[in-house]
Amino acid sequence: MDFPSTQFVSSQTMATYEPIHQIGMWGENFKSISNPNISASVIVDVVNKLENESETTSHEMLASSSKHDQEASKPFDKIQRRLAQNREAARKSRLRKKAYVQQLENSRLKLIQLEQELERSRQQGLYVGGGLDTGHLGISGAVNSGIAAFELGYERWMEERNKQICELRSALNAQISDIELRILVESGMSHYFELFRMKSSVAKADVFYVMSGKWKTSAERFFSWIGGFRPSELLKVLVPQIDPLTDQQILDVCNLKQSCQQAEDALSQGMEKLRETVSATLASDQMGQGIYVPQVAMAMEKLEALVRFVNQADHLRQQTLQQMSYILTTRQAARGLLALGEYIQRLQALSTLWANHPRKPA
Amino acid sequence: MDKVTRLASEKGVVLFSKSSCCLCYAVTILFQELGVTPTIHEIDQDPEGREMEKALMRLGCNAPVPAIFVGGRLVGSMNEVMSLHLSGGLVPLLKPYQTVLN
Repeated sequence: MDFPSTQFVSSQTMATYEPIHQIGMWGENFKSISNPNISASVIVDVVNKLENESETTSHEMLASSSKHDQEASKPFDKIQRRLAQNREAARKSRLRKKAYVQQLENSRLKLIQLEQELERSRQQGLYVGGGLDTGHLGISGAVNSGIAAFELGYERWMEERNKQICELRSALNAQISDIELRILVESGMSHYFELFRMKSSVAKADVFYVMSGKWKTSAERFFSWIGGFRPSELLKVLVPQIDPLTDQQILDVCNLKQSCQQAEDALSQGMEKLRETVSATLASDQMGQGIYVPQVAMAMEKLEALVRFVNQADHLRQQTLQQMSYILTTRQAARGLLALGEYIQRLQALSTLWANHPRKPA
Repeated sequence: MDKVTRLASEKGVVLFSKSSCCLCYAVTILFQELGVTPTIHEIDQDPEGREMEKALMRLGCNAPVPAIFVGGRLVGSMNEVMSLHLSGGLVPLLKPYQTVLN
């Protein structure tokens, strides 16, 4: 009978087809990274290994199947064998995929470092050729556009905030109604919430950018704690500006400040633990074999947690603002927002003054 | 999932964590500060860890860890704990389970 053996052959080709198909797909993904020179040798290596292995496997399977062909083949046995072959092929495919991904990670690391060197040399004016368009620097290109979008957004945000400060100032000096004042307070608060959303977005693109506070002036950065102000510090500065407070309000603000400090403390210690973890992972092997090692990729996994910390810090800032708005009256909240805005403006003025003040000669 | 439900409804403060998770560490620091010692279950050390992760996500947590339960009820992740603390609601919730008086 013919068709039992043809069934065997087709199942074997099926088993061996899938892994190659998958490698083909991975190869496609890999090609999208700009430098073809690194990828070509990797793909050739892996595909060669793959073809050699699968050829020997299919030969072995064909040999054993022709012996068993002669028996009155029980369909149950055939199915079992086919299932076993599929499992074996799938297992081999998984192992190959693992090795491929590992090589991919290492090559990607090399690529990123080459791109950074290139960027550095270009900035130093050493690289004159115009061949590489920044748009095609796949990985860093996306990050740069996220940062550029944020910086543009922040500039607009600052303009709007300065406008709101002026409005608050004149509103508090004039005798406008509480209802109108409430509207100003609400828009002031949502304006800050908008900033936290923007920061959350850019943190996904480059968390180190948020941690650096690069978009802020130098004096603001001096007070930086996990990508922004420490909320308890701001409370200390601003509450005296909101006098007079009722006894209940004083108690509430005091409790808020204490809870804030406790939360900040917990996050700070978590950050310290994160630093220790990343550091330990980076140096977890016997060093001295160069830098293209798995330790770097492993440390990167740990570093992902930094995004969560930055988001938590901003969440803390947002909650502090929210709670203050519950504790204070509308007028008090308006005074608080005005004081906060002016305080930051003064820090910015301080930065400008510092940058321009004459320095004593060395 | 039975295991998660069973562990979560244990008395006191229960924290589902991962040994590598630094945010989970931050949560334990906060609880320590408030005089509470949570029962910590590290799901990455548990053979049923994957299932537990999925179960925690299904309960509505954005990230599987940290996940905090007090008196058998889900408080949430770090976000919820912080919001609750700042609004003054966390300490009363933890009062019956405080082991160290601050």
